[in-house]
Amino acid sequence: MNRLFIVLAVLTLSFSCKDKKVEDKVVAESTMEKNQTTSKNVESDVKFPIYDFDAFEPLLHKDDDNTYVINFWATWCQPCIAEMPHFEQVYAEQKDNNVKVILVNLDMPNMWKSRLEPYVEKKNIQSEVVILDDPKQNVWIPKVSEEWGGAIPATLIYNKDKRSFYERGFTYEELNQELSKFTK
Amino acid sequence: MKTNKILGIVALLLLVGASLAMGVISSEEISPLDTGYEVGDMAADFSLKNVDGKMVSLSDYKNAKGYLVIFTCNTCPYAQAYEDRIIALDAKYKSKGVPVVAIMPNNPSKKPGDSFDKMKERASSKGFSFPYLIDEGQKVYPLYGATRTPHVFLLEKTSKGNEVKYIGAIDDNYQDAASVDEKFVENAVDAMLAGKEIPLKTTKAIGCSIKA
Repeated sequence: MNRLFIVLAVLTLSFSCKDKKVEDKVVAESTMEKNQTTSKNVESDVKFPIYDFDAFEPLLHKDDDNTYVINFWATWCQPCIAEMPHFEQVYAEQKDNNVKVILVNLDMPNMWKSRLEPYVEKKNIQSEVVILDDPKQNVWIPKVSEEWGGAIPATLIYNKDKRSFYERGFTYEELNQELSKFTK
Repeated sequence: MKTNKILGIVALLLLVGASLAMGVISSEEISPLDTGYEVGDMAADFSLKNVDGKMVSLSDYKNAKGYLVIFTCNTCPYAQAYEDRIIALDAKYKSKGVPVVAIMPNNPSKKPGDSFDKMKERASSKGFSFPYLIDEGQKVYPLYGATRTPHVFLLEKTSKGNEVKYIGAIDDNYQDAASVDEKFVENAVDAMLAGKEIPLKTTKAIGCSIKA
């Protein structure tokens, strides 16, 4: 099991960005407006909140008594779908233990109605689902974690005392084990 | 007496060593691992099967000044969003000595949509002007350190070998080619061909993780 795990970790984590100083360019405001208007008609009746990174970022830095499990996923990402039940199970078991699970969806805008909504409905997903729609990925990926190359699934677990980032999928046991380092 | 003491120390050292090793292993599971190329490394050549059945190596391109090695596939929505832009890159830079060499890294038994037959179909329906190679046995993508599709490695042919000059995304807007502000790959190739410093040597992007 351990070996399989390491192999998986090697495969998913192998891109580590050594050139840390990726140009930290502020997204030009005009571009942001353009993106918002282009996606407006698509998003008008989507059931989930749609954030650009600036609007989303506060979810990564909450300073309360909860432990946050922030999972980045998409309906087209097979390993994301494979691990989804584990996040749901952990949420069901630990929501009364100050654990919040936020499923950050990265589907393309044309998939929100056609794929995301039906998936969440069919699977009866109970965790909070938000959409992160910000094409300037090179700007925001390092703000989630400098360790992240951009592959999904990826998960951030944090509380006000510590945070860990995982660029890989989880089994239920692995997720519980990592989470237990945050919840006492 | 003395021997006992030494034995004791050795045993102690072994214990410490073992616990350290265990600690290292468990922390390794969750920290990023250092594999694959970084900018400045020399990239290995390969011999992979193209959709036309012929084997292709970088060394086949006698007059190349460099290569755009792009790990991509049929099935990933990001790869699909970038297909036309990959074709455009080949159209723009092949004549300048920097051809696109596309490699499909997924395991087709996990991703039937990326089978060799499906690759052939895709290459012909999209009119790929560049080789579309299958990474049979999945040996090449881990060597390069590709983790997702699409994932671009710009190489410059030098007297010492093929030097990695840029690693990352094609540009900064997967959704809409018309809304791109920074053409990362074009900027890198232009700088390389002009003998200038590449402004942005690595970039990050969301992509489909490669299926082993």
